[in-house]
Amino acid sequence: MSAPAIVVAGLRKRYGATLALDGMSFTVRPGVVTGFMGPNGAGKSTTMRVILGLDAVDEGTALIEGKPYHSLRHPLNHVGSLLDAAALHPSRSARNHLLWLAHSQGLAARRVDQVIEQVGLTSAARRKAGGYSLGMRQRLGIAAALLGDPPIIMLDEPFNGMDPDGIIWMRGFLRSLAAQGRAVLVSSHLMSEVQDTADHLVVAGRGKAIADAGVADLIAAASRGRVTLRTTAGTHAMRVLAHAGATVAATGRDTIAVSGLPADRIVTLLNQSAVPFSEVSAHRATLEDVYLELTREAVEFRAATHTEVPR
Amino acid sequence: MTPTVTPYRPSQRVGRDGFLQLLHAEWTKFRTVRGWTVGTVVAALMVVLFALLAGVSSNQKGAPAVPIGPGGEPVTDSFYFLHQPLAGNGSITVSVSALKSSIPKGPGDLQPGTVPWAKAGLIIKQSTHQGSPYAAIMATGSHGVRMQDTYINDTAGPPGPVSAESPRWLRLDRSGDAITGYASTDGTKWTKVGHAQVSGLGSTAQVGLFVASPPAAWGGGTAGSVSTAVFGDLRVQGGWTGGEWTGEQLGGAHSPTFAGYPESASGSFTQSGGRFTVTGAGDIAPAVRDSLPTGGHLRDILAGTFAALIAVIVVGALFITAEYRNKMIHLTLAASPRRSRVLVAKAIVLWAVTFVAGLVGAILAAPLGERLARGNGVYIFPVSSSTELRVALGTAALLATASVLALSVGAIFRHSAGAVTTVIVAIVLPYILTAIPFMPASVANWLATVTPGAAFAVQQTLVQYDQVASNYTPYYGYYPLAPWAGLAVLAGYAVVSLAVAAVLLHRRDA
Ligand SMILES: Nc1ncnc2c1ncn2[C@@H]1O[C@H](COP(=O)(O)OP(=O)(O)OP(=O)(O)O)[C@@H](O)[C@H]1O
Ligand SMILES: [Mg+2]
Repeated sequence: MSAPAIVVAGLRKRYGATLALDGMSFTVRPGVVTGFMGPNGAGKSTTMRVILGLDAVDEGTALIEGKPYHSLRHPLNHVGSLLDAAALHPSRSARNHLLWLAHSQGLAARRVDQVIEQVGLTSAARRKAGGYSLGMRQRLGIAAALLGDPPIIMLDEPFNGMDPDGIIWMRGFLRSLAAQGRAVLVSSHLMSEVQDTADHLVVAGRGKAIADAGVADLIAAASRGRVTLRTTAGTHAMRVLAHAGATVAATGRDTIAVSGLPADRIVTLLNQSAVPFSEVSAHRATLEDVYLELTREAVEFRAATHTEVPR
Repeated sequence: MTPTVTPYRPSQRVGRDGFLQLLHAEWTKFRTVRGWTVGTVVAALMVVLFALLAGVSSNQKGAPAVPIGPGGEPVTDSFYFLHQPLAGNGSITVSVSALKSSIPKGPGDLQPGTVPWAKAGLIIKQSTHQGSPYAAIMATGSHGVRMQDTYINDTAGPPGPVSAESPRWLRLDRSGDAITGYASTDGTKWTKVGHAQVSGLGSTAQVGLFVASPPAAWGGGTAGSVSTAVFGDLRVQGGWTGGEWTGEQLGGAHSPTFAGYPESASGSFTQSGGRFTVTGAGDIAPAVRDSLPTGGHLRDILAGTFAALIAVIVVGALFITAEYRNKMIHLTLAASPRRSRVLVAKAIVLWAVTFVAGLVGAILAAPLGERLARGNGVYIFPVSSSTELRVALGTAALLATASVLALSVGAIFRHSAGAVTTVIVAIVLPYILTAIPFMPASVANWLATVTPGAAFAVQQTLVQYDQVASNYTPYYGYYPLAPWAGLAVLAGYAVVSLAVAAVLLHRRDA
C-alpha cells in the first residue's frame, strides 16, 4: 500500500456558534478517486480550505504528503485545487488568469497553453472569464488545478453546471488522473457521478467522517442479504414469506424487497404455495441507498415533508 | 485491500522559490485588468489636464511687470523714499523718535494700530527702480532695530519700540560694496548691527530716509496700513552732492505687489527745523503669496494631483478587495501560503506602477502648465530645476504611497467601498479643508501636520520669510512641514497600515 497523499486527523473548527468540523479524519490515497459526500453544511468545503491552509483549525492536522501545506514552497506542484469556480476576476481573460498563477510558481506561459488545451478551452482562452458559463468556469478551474502538474488534485463540486458532455468528460478525466497515479479528492452531491467515478468514499456528516471505505465494499454491505422479488401476486407472496420468517417490503408496483431468507429458499416457498413470480434476484443497492442510510442521522437541513400550500 | 499503485511523479520542473516570482505574478494581475491600467493612466492624465486648464484659465496679458529682486525672486519694492544721490563712499546718520501706524477699520476710517513690520530708517539703494539692490537699517513696529539687504537678508539689532522718550539713532556706512549698519540709544555709543556685501550699488547710489508699512495680516486676510515716522539729527558725510531731498512713493501708487494706500491716506514728507515727518505704505521685502495675489505657483498647476489621488486610491483598494469580493484570494493564498510576502509584493508592484504614472504626469504637466500660464501673462513664482524635480518626484511618490495606503486599508477592511471612503477621508478631506481660505491657520496647519494629507507639502515651492508677516497657511501654499517630512507622515500611515494588514492576513481565515 502506498503512502497517503492527504491525511486529515481530528479537525475541529468553529465559526462563531457553528461547529463546522468536529473531529473530521480521513485519508486520501494516490491512484484512486476519493469521493467526498455529505449533506449541506457537513463540512466538506471547510475541510478542503483547511487542507489548503486557508482556514486555521482549532484542533487537528491536515498533512500533504506528510507535510503541512504552508511548508510547501511551490504548493501548486503538490496540490491542485478547485474550491470555487467563480473565484476569478471577471474582466481578466482566462489565459491571463492562469498566467498570473503560473508566474507565482515560476512556471512558463507554455504550461498555461497546455492546460488550456487539456480542458478544451483553447478557442475561448482570450475571452474575459466574466463572460464564461458555469461549466466553462469549472473547466478553467480544473486547468488552474492542473497547472503545476500536481500528484494531488482536490475539487469541490466540479460537476456543478456541467452539461452532459462535460460530465462524461469530467468522469473520464478524473479516472485518467487517478490512473496516472494521482490522488483525486472530489466532493459532489451527484450520486450517480460519484458511483461511476469514485473508488473510495468519504461521507461527512455534522463535521465528522461517518464512513471512509471503498465504494464497492459499501454497496456490497448495503446489498447483503436482500433479495428482490418480482411478482403480480404481491399480497399473497408477502403473506407466505412473512410466515416463513422473512422481512418483506413492497418497493414498487410489482416488486418486493425480502430480507432474512436466502434466494433459493424463497423460490422453494413460492413454488410450494403456487405463487406466480417472474424474477428473484439478489438486490443490488445503489450509492444512493448507501448514502441515505449513512446520513439518516446526520442531515441538518431537511425540507419539511408536508408543505402547506397557501390558498 | 487497496492495490499497490505507483504515485504520480510530476513532469513539471520545480522553479526557484523567489520573491521575484510573486512580483511577477502580482504585476501580471495588475496589468491584465483593464480597469486598473486605465485608472492609473487616467490619474496621470488628470495631472496633465488640470495643468492645461490652470495654464489657460487666467489671462493677465498686459498686467504690469512684477518687480524682481537681484536673486530673481519676486519682491515688494514700494515704500516712501526721501533721497539724494551719494557718489562713492559716505555715511548717513539719523534719529527716529516716533513710528506710528494706522489700520483701516472701515472705509475711510483709519484707526491707530500696530504693524509689527512697519519700517522707518535709512536706506542706500542702487536706484529708484523697483527690484534694485539695497541695504537698510531701520526701526520697526515690534521687532526692534533691523538691518536688511537685498530683500531677503534680515539681521536683528537692539530690541524695543521707539518713542520720543526712547529714540533710536541709526547709521549706514558705504565703503565700496560693503555696507555697515549701526544703532545707538543715545547718539554717542554705537553698536554694530550688521554688515552686508551688496553688489551692483553702482558708483552713485540713492541714499536717504524711508518709511514702509506692509499690510497687516488679519483674520486670514490682510489690510493695507499706513505709518508715519519722525526723524531728526540727519547728518551726512562723504560724497554728497548737497542737493534737495526728493520724496516719492517708489514704484508709484500701485504695483503688482502693492495694493496702494488705504483710502484717504497718501505718502508725504514735511521738514521743519531739522525734523522730518515721513508717511509711507508698502514694503521692501521678498514677495509672498498674498502680497502677490495675481501670481501662481507650481502647486496650483499640479492641482490635478487631487483628482489623480482619487483614481489611484480606488485602484489601490480594488487591487486587493476585488480578490476578496470574488474569492480569488483563496487561489492567491493557496499558491503563496506565506501571506505577508503576497501583500508586500502587491504593495511594491502598486507603488512602482503608480509612481511611474504619477511621475510621467507631473513631468509633463509642470512645464506645460507653467509655459501656458506665463504665455497668458500670469506670473509664476520661480523655482530652481532641482525644486521642480523634487516636486515631480514628490507628487509621484505622494500618489504611489497613497495607493499603497488604500491597498493596506483594503486588506484590513476586505471591502472596497469602506476602504476607498476611509482613505479619501484621510487624505483628500484634509486637502479640501485646508483649501478653504477662511479655515483658521492653527486648524489648517494641524491638519497638514498630523493627517496623511500632510504629504501635499512635497508640492510646496514658496519660501516663508520671518521678516514678512503673512498668512503662511496651506491655502496660500505654505506648509508647516518640510516637503519630505510631509511625505514621511503619509508613508508612516501607509507602513503602519501595511503592517496591520499583514498581521490580520496571517491571523484571519482567508
Ligand atoms: N467562513 C465561514 N463563516 C461562518 N460559518 C461558516 C464558514 N464557512 C463554513 N461555515 C459553516 O460551517 C458549516 C460547514 O460548511 P461547509 O461549507 O464546509 O459545508 P459543505 O459540506 O461544503 O456544504 P455544501 O454541501 O452545502 O457545500 C456550515 O454550517 C457553514 O455555515
Ligand atoms: Mg461546500
